[in-house]
Amino acid sequence: MIAFILRRLAQAVGVLLAVGFIAFSLFTYIGDPINAMVGQDTSMEDREELRRKLGLDDSPPLQFARFIGNAASGRFGLSYRTSDPVGRLILERLPATLELSLCAAIFAVGLGVPLGVYTGLYPRHWTSRALQAVSLIGISLPTFLIGIMLILFFAVILNVLPSFGRGDTVKFGWWTSGFFTWSGLKALILPSITLGLFQLTLIMRLVRSEMLEVMRTDYIKFARARGLSNRAINFGHALKNTLVPVITITGLQLGAIIAFAIVTETVFAWPGMGQLFVQSVQFGDIPVMAAYLLLVSFFFVVINMIVDLLYFVVDPRLRGMGAAAAGRH
Amino acid sequence: MIPGSNQAPLLEVRNLRVEFPTRRGTLVAVDDVSFSISPGEVLGVVGESGAGKSLTGAAIIGLLEPPGRIAGGEVVLEGERIDNLPYERMRRIRGARIGAIFQDPLTSLNPLYSIGRQLVETIQTHLPLSAADARQRAIDLLKEVGIPGAETRVDHYPHQFSGGMRQRVVIALALCANPRLIVADEPTTALDVSIQAQIIALLKRLCREHGTAVMLVTHDMGVIAETADRVAVMYAGRLAEIGPVRDVVKNASHPYTRGLMGSIPSLGVRTERLTQIDGAMPRLTAIPRGCAFNPRCPDAGQRCTAERPDLMPAGVTRAACWLYHSQGVGPALARETANA
Amino acid sequence: MALIDSFRRAADSDIWHSFRASPMTMAAAAVTLFIVLAAFLAPLIALQNPFDPANLNLSDAMRPPMFFGGEWSFPMGSDDQGRDLYSAILYGTRLSLEVGLAVVFFSMILGIGLGLVAGYVGGTLDAIIMRIADVQLTFPAILIALLIDGVVRGVISVKRHEEIAVFVIVASISLAFWVQYARTVRGSVMVERNKEYVQAARVIGLPRWLIMFRHVLPNVMGPVLVIATINLGLAIITEATLSFLGVGLPSTQPSLGTLIRIGNEYLNSGEWWITIFPGLTLAALVLAVNLLGDWLRDALNPKLR
Repeated sequence: MIAFILRRLAQAVGVLLAVGFIAFSLFTYIGDPINAMVGQDTSMEDREELRRKLGLDDSPPLQFARFIGNAASGRFGLSYRTSDPVGRLILERLPATLELSLCAAIFAVGLGVPLGVYTGLYPRHWTSRALQAVSLIGISLPTFLIGIMLILFFAVILNVLPSFGRGDTVKFGWWTSGFFTWSGLKALILPSITLGLFQLTLIMRLVRSEMLEVMRTDYIKFARARGLSNRAINFGHALKNTLVPVITITGLQLGAIIAFAIVTETVFAWPGMGQLFVQSVQFGDIPVMAAYLLLVSFFFVVINMIVDLLYFVVDPRLRGMGAAAAGRH
Repeated sequence: MIPGSNQAPLLEVRNLRVEFPTRRGTLVAVDDVSFSISPGEVLGVVGESGAGKSLTGAAIIGLLEPPGRIAGGEVVLEGERIDNLPYERMRRIRGARIGAIFQDPLTSLNPLYSIGRQLVETIQTHLPLSAADARQRAIDLLKEVGIPGAETRVDHYPHQFSGGMRQRVVIALALCANPRLIVADEPTTALDVSIQAQIIALLKRLCREHGTAVMLVTHDMGVIAETADRVAVMYAGRLAEIGPVRDVVKNASHPYTRGLMGSIPSLGVRTERLTQIDGAMPRLTAIPRGCAFNPRCPDAGQRCTAERPDLMPAGVTRAACWLYHSQGVGPALARETANA
Repeated sequence: MALIDSFRRAADSDIWHSFRASPMTMAAAAVTLFIVLAAFLAPLIALQNPFDPANLNLSDAMRPPMFFGGEWSFPMGSDDQGRDLYSAILYGTRLSLEVGLAVVFFSMILGIGLGLVAGYVGGTLDAIIMRIADVQLTFPAILIALLIDGVVRGVISVKRHEEIAVFVIVASISLAFWVQYARTVRGSVMVERNKEYVQAARVIGLPRWLIMFRHVLPNVMGPVLVIATINLGLAIITEATLSFLGVGLPSTQPSLGTLIRIGNEYLNSGEWWITIFPGLTLAALVLAVNLLGDWLRDALNPKLR
């Protein structure tokens, strides 16, 4: 088990280094950072001076090492667009994105799993069929369209929920939270549904098909023959056996939620990292893009690690030695 | 001597009929099957795959898989009709009064829970025991089925046991609430030959000690001969013959049973060569008119292709064969040389 | 060969049958056909060319649709530039379809090429290509497309970017979508290359590239086609999303996504039609294409499910 975790850790570091290299290449070779920092009339000598001072004439490996070192301590240089430190720009917007992603994930998992269980247990019931059909639409519609429909209905027509922004926030050090004010919570509803809906349908469909599969297994039949109650069979035995694939997909989807926050944040003018990223893409603001990329991949890698650890919690077969061979389905 | 042969039957199956509706009409998988099991008795049910023996077992424990359903007849346990009980009441009978053992011990246990947990949940479902008492009972059961180091093994997971050991766990699970009857569906088929004998011996010993009756479904005549008190032979969804094990093995009445016994090497007297039954059991979609066995039967007469025989006394056993009817099988059949 | 085979199989048997047996699929096919035809005939049935600034008159801006107080010359209303929405939707759909098809084409070429090379040549090249694919798979396609688009914007001027926006967007989405093809093709090639007919071709002395293209490629086309159909819907969504985010097609050349973005700004002030009509068109198109893709996947290869 230790070996398995160490190997996963090494893989994670590998991915981060690869992404770091891409970010570094963007940063160093595409668009001249000097141009972005100085005025038009700066002389060639001054530019060279600045270049030396910033270490931009060092050998590439040295520069890369320095870049990684800086990135690890949150220093990504200055934004081309606003000339603010990139680290601070991102940190200011991180809480908004994380709170939104958290709510969306809770919505998707909290509703997706029970609906999946229900449709898996009663596949022929009409509500299951209806849910199955609706979920197909949920999977096909682009996120931003769902957001716009929700705004039109709940904000424009009914005028009960806000259509943009975070509402009032409360500050805890550098963290700003919308969880503690009424308007902040109301502002979270529509964006969370928009962001989570795709994942919800995906999780629901996955749980459903896994449930259908598990209900056909011998150990479920044997559990019935032992006279266990339906509750114990459905939730104790069947649901737990669907968990391994569900955890895998859900983990991947949590990463996708953070990435897709880009779209939702744009629709709802949500002041998060995703919106910052879109603005930086529109502007070609490479330092911000590079930093965002690294941060998001860091989240992905951490989530994947957690997923791997959860396997051990759920599946006793992996806990023994030599478990590394068993992994995802 | 047959144990308990003079008491009231523990289980009675009367005219059981199991149907599978399909797109091309209804298949009758079990047709007009009747038998009884006395307390403490081991009834072997043999037949080829598809003969309906496993479905009969599933019908008794109320776990036919849809779309299969009981279309006729009754199942009576200790005087109480159980085939038409609502799901919840039948559930309380399963595990408590009728235990079950399935074919494959590798897939019968939930891989994610320790065997102790699975035992305890079964015990507590049926018996009013505290968690500690239930755990003690689980350990006792594991000892009883011969699992060494039961105190530590109780917390192990199914994948940490060998196939034979897992089947012992499955037997312990079936015995949790001391049921009066165990339906064992091919309990040794998935096991190594060397382990099969151990499991059968264990099952036999436990049932004798607990006074539990067993319906032992298998296609292995060797297992039956060793274990069963009586044997029921099934062919194409119907009972072909039923009787005490000695007589069915040594002096079978039904031509199909005779063929079946003749094809087993270890049981018969030393013969030149083993006999075999020509042809194959008909599919359920194409069961012949009259006796289902008639196309393969060496003794078939014209009556066998027209009328279906019910069980009738045939020596010590009862057989569904016109040979034992007062009017016989009728004129011989004109057949092309089938045994060429 | 396999390609022709699969079409021949399509013609006679199961596929046609499963198509006829599913009313949902037939409806999806009808909707797709209708939208594709309308987009194809856009120059004939549109009321104006919405891409030509000379046709636009600001005094026509924000006209409501026909049955909501509007008039016949703007059946679905007009946008903030005085552009007729009906015509804009026709041309926008055309653009969305073109971009979607182009993306499928280029990502398929790229993915098949890299997959063939990785699978057939193997060794270091294979390792490099597949590691890139692995890293890329970690990220959602939209993020990669955004990143590539952003990098291009970092390199060239805004005006120049607007001129080549269509190519940039096709390139960035294609670069985000090649991985699935490459992995599938590589997997198939690994299986195929050890088969006797490939060994035989090698014994005859055919050059490597010829063996790959003539003999190996046709045998891996089945799954590739299935992926392509499913990716068409995805490509259309991705383009629409990028355009909606303001990093796709510019408002001088609006695709459906661009129109929705324009309309989104006016949603609160009551001009709902600028968003809703293009939105419904996009929804219908994607849903229909996805249904067809699902059906084709099940019909061609149940194992890919």
